[in-house]
Amino acid sequence: MPTANTEEENSKSELQKNHGGGGGFTRWAVVAVIFRLALIYFPGNLNLSSRPEVSTPLTSIRRLAEGYWLKQSSMSPYAGSMYHGSPLLLSVLGPLTVKRIEGQPSHILCSLVFVLADLISSILIRATGRKLQIAYRKSLKSLNLLNKSTDSGALSSGDIAALVYLWNPFTIVACVGLSTSPVENLFTILTLYGAATGLAPLAAFGWVMATHLSLYPAILIIPVNLSYSGSWFYPPAPLSPEYTYAPPSKLFRSKEHGKVGDGKSSQEIIFSWRRVFHLLVWTSLWSVYVLVLCSISVKQHGSLQEMFQRTYGFILTVEDLSPNIGVLWYFFAEVFDFFRDFFLIVFHSNILFMILPLAIRLKHRPCFLAFVYIAISSMLKSYPSVGDSALYLGLLGLFLDELADMQFSFFLFCGYVGVSLLSPVMHNLWIWRGTGNANFYYATAMAYACFQIVLVVESVSSMLNHDRKLTKLSTSKLQK
Amino acid sequence: MTIQIRKGKRATEPQCLGSQRSLNSEDLLFPNQTGDSKAAVYFQLSNGRFRPPPAHRLIAHHIVDTIAPIFFRVSRTMWLPLRLTLLLLFLLLSPRALLRSGSAAVVSGEEEEFHEELLLKPLPDRKVLAHFHFHSIAPPSKSNGRHHHLFPKAISQLVQKFRVKEMELSFTQGRWNYERWGGFDPISSNNAKPPGVELWAVFDVPEDQVDAYWKNLTNSLSGLFCASINFLESSTMYSAPKWSFRITPGRLRYGTLPREAVCTENLTPWLKLLPCRDKAGLAALLDRPSIYKGFYHSQRLYLTSNASVPAETVSGISLEQTLTVVLQPNSPSSSSIHSGESNFQPSWSLSSIFGRKISGKCVLAQSSIVYLQLEKSIFSEQKDNMDNGPNSLASEGFAGGSGFEMSLDPDIVIEEENQSQHKGSSVLYGFWVEKYNESQPFDLGLKWKYPVFWSSRQAPLHASRFLMGSGNERGAIAILFKSANSADSSSGSRHVSDGCELQVDVFQVVPWYIKVYYHSLQIFVDDEAKPIGDFVHKIQVSPSKDKTSPGMMEMLLKLPCDVRSAALTLEFDKGFLHIDEYPPDANQGYDIPSAVISFPSFHSVMHLLSNDSIRKSPLLSRFQEKNRVQSYTEVLLVPLTTPDFSMPYNVITITCTVFALFFGSLLNVLRRRVGEEERYLKAGKKKGWLRVLLSRLLAKLRGKPMEEPDQPSSESAPLIGKKLVLKVILVAVLAVAWQFYST
Repeated sequence: MPTANTEEENSKSELQKNHGGGGGFTRWAVVAVIFRLALIYFPGNLNLSSRPEVSTPLTSIRRLAEGYWLKQSSMSPYAGSMYHGSPLLLSVLGPLTVKRIEGQPSHILCSLVFVLADLISSILIRATGRKLQIAYRKSLKSLNLLNKSTDSGALSSGDIAALVYLWNPFTIVACVGLSTSPVENLFTILTLYGAATGLAPLAAFGWVMATHLSLYPAILIIPVNLSYSGSWFYPPAPLSPEYTYAPPSKLFRSKEHGKVGDGKSSQEIIFSWRRVFHLLVWTSLWSVYVLVLCSISVKQHGSLQEMFQRTYGFILTVEDLSPNIGVLWYFFAEVFDFFRDFFLIVFHSNILFMILPLAIRLKHRPCFLAFVYIAISSMLKSYPSVGDSALYLGLLGLFLDELADMQFSFFLFCGYVGVSLLSPVMHNLWIWRGTGNANFYYATAMAYACFQIVLVVESVSSMLNHDRKLTKLSTSKLQK
Repeated sequence: MTIQIRKGKRATEPQCLGSQRSLNSEDLLFPNQTGDSKAAVYFQLSNGRFRPPPAHRLIAHHIVDTIAPIFFRVSRTMWLPLRLTLLLLFLLLSPRALLRSGSAAVVSGEEEEFHEELLLKPLPDRKVLAHFHFHSIAPPSKSNGRHHHLFPKAISQLVQKFRVKEMELSFTQGRWNYERWGGFDPISSNNAKPPGVELWAVFDVPEDQVDAYWKNLTNSLSGLFCASINFLESSTMYSAPKWSFRITPGRLRYGTLPREAVCTENLTPWLKLLPCRDKAGLAALLDRPSIYKGFYHSQRLYLTSNASVPAETVSGISLEQTLTVVLQPNSPSSSSIHSGESNFQPSWSLSSIFGRKISGKCVLAQSSIVYLQLEKSIFSEQKDNMDNGPNSLASEGFAGGSGFEMSLDPDIVIEEENQSQHKGSSVLYGFWVEKYNESQPFDLGLKWKYPVFWSSRQAPLHASRFLMGSGNERGAIAILFKSANSADSSSGSRHVSDGCELQVDVFQVVPWYIKVYYHSLQIFVDDEAKPIGDFVHKIQVSPSKDKTSPGMMEMLLKLPCDVRSAALTLEFDKGFLHIDEYPPDANQGYDIPSAVISFPSFHSVMHLLSNDSIRKSPLLSRFQEKNRVQSYTEVLLVPLTTPDFSMPYNVITITCTVFALFFGSLLNVLRRRVGEEERYLKAGKKKGWLRVLLSRLLAKLRGKPMEEPDQPSSESAPLIGKKLVLKVILVAVLAVAWQFYST
């Protein structure tokens, strides 16, 4: 069985050796945490926290510490152009940045927070994966296709996804490099978990926090709504996330046609506006709550308006042109000022343009839709970092079974490895040695963007093919 | 009374100030349209005293200037005689007016004054400091209105228009060597300036208008001094220090241009503000090549106005123009005589340093004095050397038995009263320049007989600044304080006990693309990292905003008096600019302006024996003012990373291609229909009809018009052909017609 994404090939092959199931996951998760702690206590200075791949102006811990220092010296944390993060994160992580424990590495408390965030994220991914797996089995059973899906004795896709997230070098680097992206990822995953388990308050809270921290998860409101509102109509409560993992509705309808007289009515896939409303109420409640908290924490020296300008405004206007693994920094460093606004609109609307077509085609798979949205936004966002890539690569593991036939997976694996090795080299040549050129580094960023595009396009394509295959199988069964 | 009409070559000066025409007496230099010569008329009173021409004479001048073009148009040849007759006319009127104005001046004291002074001082490292000091005073007056006799009109207009309360502008080339040339005396505290241009101004306007006034002021000064001071207009270039730069800041704005090259085009407009320019008086010494080949050169303009005058009266302005140069005397005689004896101070004279002599004072100046300043420690050393040196420091004693010889006898000897300690105090010899004239020019010479050593007085701490780190991503700024006199404690700390503290003010401005992490401030006292709170008494930071404002840090340190060294470090990230924001020589790097280090508890004062002549002399009274000791650190050069400047189009096209690839391929994947394939599958079940169904599906894919492909196309082909031929012919005809009519 070919693996969907080769990023997890290593871990999976290792995992398949011990058929421990849950025990295997715990063991590997503990090892991952120990590995992180070992890196944190590494005697040499890895300088990861100032790597452009790890810390962007939005997620850098040094900027957070600067914001906290400004706040402590009774100034607005947004004075100057250093801090662009959330005031809540500042009040939580800020005190930890200044607290030094004797004999421990600096920022040890922050590191522990990020390790914890990573661990919780992986556990949530695993739980989400479990729910999806149950729903998958259920739907296959209802389509009488269960015998087709081979039950491999290895770990379930949820375990694999969680371990991929934990063991991904990108995640490790982002965690050890003290960028705040583990926390942002945690809230995004919390959103998905809440949506998958049908917990409206949790999903709404995760979504509000994730949006508050990094704006781009705002588009996840669509998959969250789809997932949450669709899951209402399955009678037994534990099976509620069934809709989150379901073959096309057409298939069910045809199946219902075939089995006339069954108790279930065809309304099961009707989009429920009541549930949407329910979720929106929770969302607005949490938003108000978060806004009140923010205004309390910024009211001494600033205002909410300043906060929005300095966080969302900074993200949308791409003010900082320092190099990162994205493509926008070099573009906006070179583009003529006259066209700057135009291209800002074009690049941001590139994310927005794809929302509707994807939502229409993938509405029966809200979780996968969320994955695609996350992948697109982490590719096209203003200040991308490897922490964002780590998130969608981890989520990719959730769809191992469906994406088994994905093309170019080995090519993509090689591409990711190659880019992540070449990019620091080019950066070193350009910035530190002065022998290289900005174009070299930009070329690696370009290649990285291309690989991400191929990954997104191929995964969407193979997911649609998978659904077609299911349709084909079920129709052929119905025909018989 | 003698009238001296002189014709001379018109100075070849860059005429960048077309509009600067003041109604000073220097406007007697007529603009001569006919040739390259310039007629200069000097009024010299027989008794050597001079009164500026009264108002009605100036009005006559004004008439001359205004009607000049009219007459000039009538007859070019008639113009010069006409001007001379007009001149004679008001000269006939002048004695009475002169008497009247003279008596008025005695009564009211509201005369405009001009003083010129020159301080010469041998420096310990065989160089000579020459400090020119020109002082113009315009008292507040209602009577004269906007007219001035001596005071430069451009400056007074500037003050009126921009409500300047206090302003200092300096152009500097080279760096003042605090270790060798002194860091404690008034000259180093007031006149040692950072390289490039430094400008600060205090305005007498409401706080919200200060920025607008500052911008206008920078633009006018830029025009006035032929410098790019207008770059200080941008809000990224100036800052508003609160307490560290000056004790009473008010509405202060401060900006520097470290990169500005200072040269003769900045000196010429500066000299134009003097009543005699560089044609007479002390300024005649300013030979451009000899000034600019020096080690340090700083021209400075400092003005204060008492803005608290009622409206409609012109406020009184005091304008202080100083030029400080450090030159290497290169007298051939000393080198030939004492060849091999390198520890001899070089002997020099004015003519050997500047290549010129002073041929009398500027007749418009009230006082014209040359001072020679020597350290007292020289004499004590000589006493040790000679064993029978003179005990008194009287002038006769120096001339007789001491180790140097002055070519002229001083008119006055002023001794510095410094009770606390002997070291660092000095003796001033004054020479009245008015005694000399063209036939007997003033050429002060100093000849050393014995090798002498002395050292200048140092500030309590010697401050230097440097960059740490490599690469173009990040770095750190370090300011290092070293105790100047480790052996004997400085004068300020001597009288206090062990628990004494040394106060240091640090004022530092960094441009926005140096993103300083202020939380990373570390302090090392005697090479040990110490908690910040123990030494930083007060800190105020205004962090930089991208493309809006520079970062500014004001800090008050309290160090123990016996500190040997103290260091401050601040980490920073280097910013990345837009391609248009880089200067043409982007790879040269960017300058971080000098930090200002001042010692609030130390004052550079010369306690001179009070004398009538001292009170008259603006230079000496300036020396006696209490100014805190201040020094500037080095300018730092930070290399920044550059993008590829030649690639904007490539970057735009490649990036857009990637975006198009994403958009197109994803939409393509989403657009593929499942329904067709399902139908295809259904069709595939019935194997016999496969081909028929396939062709039908293909037809459907292509759309309805192509349902019956064969027949209509064969019929319509000739029709289309005819139309096509017609169209082609039409286009050809049009083209031919166009070609025909256009040529």
